[in-house]
Amino acid sequence: MKIRIHVSLKPGVLDPQGRAVHHSLEGLGFAGVDDVRIGRLIELDVADSTSDAALNDMCEKLLANTVIENYRIEKVAA
Amino acid sequence: MKTAVVTFPGSNCDRDMWTALRDVSGRDPLKLWHGDVELPEGLEFIALPGGFSYGDYLRSGAMAANSPIMRSIVAAANRGVPILGVCNGFQVLTEAGLLPGALMRNAGQTFICRTVALKVENTQTMFTSSYAADEEIHIPVAHHDGNYFADEDTLDRLEGEGRIAFRYTEGCNGSRRDIAGIINAAGNVLGMMPHPERAVEDDHGGCDGRRLFESALAELV
Repeated sequence: MKIRIHVSLKPGVLDPQGRAVHHSLEGLGFAGVDDVRIGRLIELDVADSTSDAALNDMCEKLLANTVIENYRIEKVAA
Repeated sequence: MKTAVVTFPGSNCDRDMWTALRDVSGRDPLKLWHGDVELPEGLEFIALPGGFSYGDYLRSGAMAANSPIMRSIVAAANRGVPILGVCNGFQVLTEAGLLPGALMRNAGQTFICRTVALKVENTQTMFTSSYAADEEIHIPVAHHDGNYFADEDTLDRLEGEGRIAFRYTEGCNGSRRDIAGIINAAGNVLGMMPHPERAVEDDHGGCDGRRLFESALAELV
């Protein structure tokens, strides 16, 4: 089973990297970009029997730092 | 006095930490490896050094926080053994849940490597008792991910409980409330981004870090 874990900074947490990229986009002349937030995509290939609870546990214990990050688990159709 | 320095793959300040502890304690610290499962008996002080453990993969300190030795270190911290985490060691302590908050990329996006001024905010901790109240000291920083973040409630709690040990006197890396170092609720775990082990000899250009080790180790004698 293919899993995608989308890790993003929580709202309200400053994203200096996103801000720098935002400035660069503006510098390239792209108008109308209101905000840029940079996150991380983690792809897992796991046994079909892997439970949702186990996937959540992976995110809570290692893949995301829930002090500053949110995560979303997406199951990808094979 | 039995002290120890932990080396993770990618640690690079472990030798400086070892030397600082030896100079102040008068005894050779033990060298521990990230893969060690058991801690030696009777350890009285454990230091987690700076560096780039596991290449900063995933997040700074995230992999090291889950390495075999950390289970024993968390248990030791909960027993009251003094633990000092510097720079990457601070990142490891937050990732391991021994200290609140997180250390994010510096607000200015750049690696910062210079000596900074710090205000000693609380001299009632076992790590800071040799400093004067509100004393300004000078200690080098060298980090890319030193931007301390915690939510407002946590920050208020840290302030209220006197758990901010050091603060930058002027903005450094974007840290909330200019926090440079914090202690845990029990007072036996200190995490800080500046490197006290790089300010223990005159040849370092300053000795302000030395008193941190003197404070902590004096408590143990």
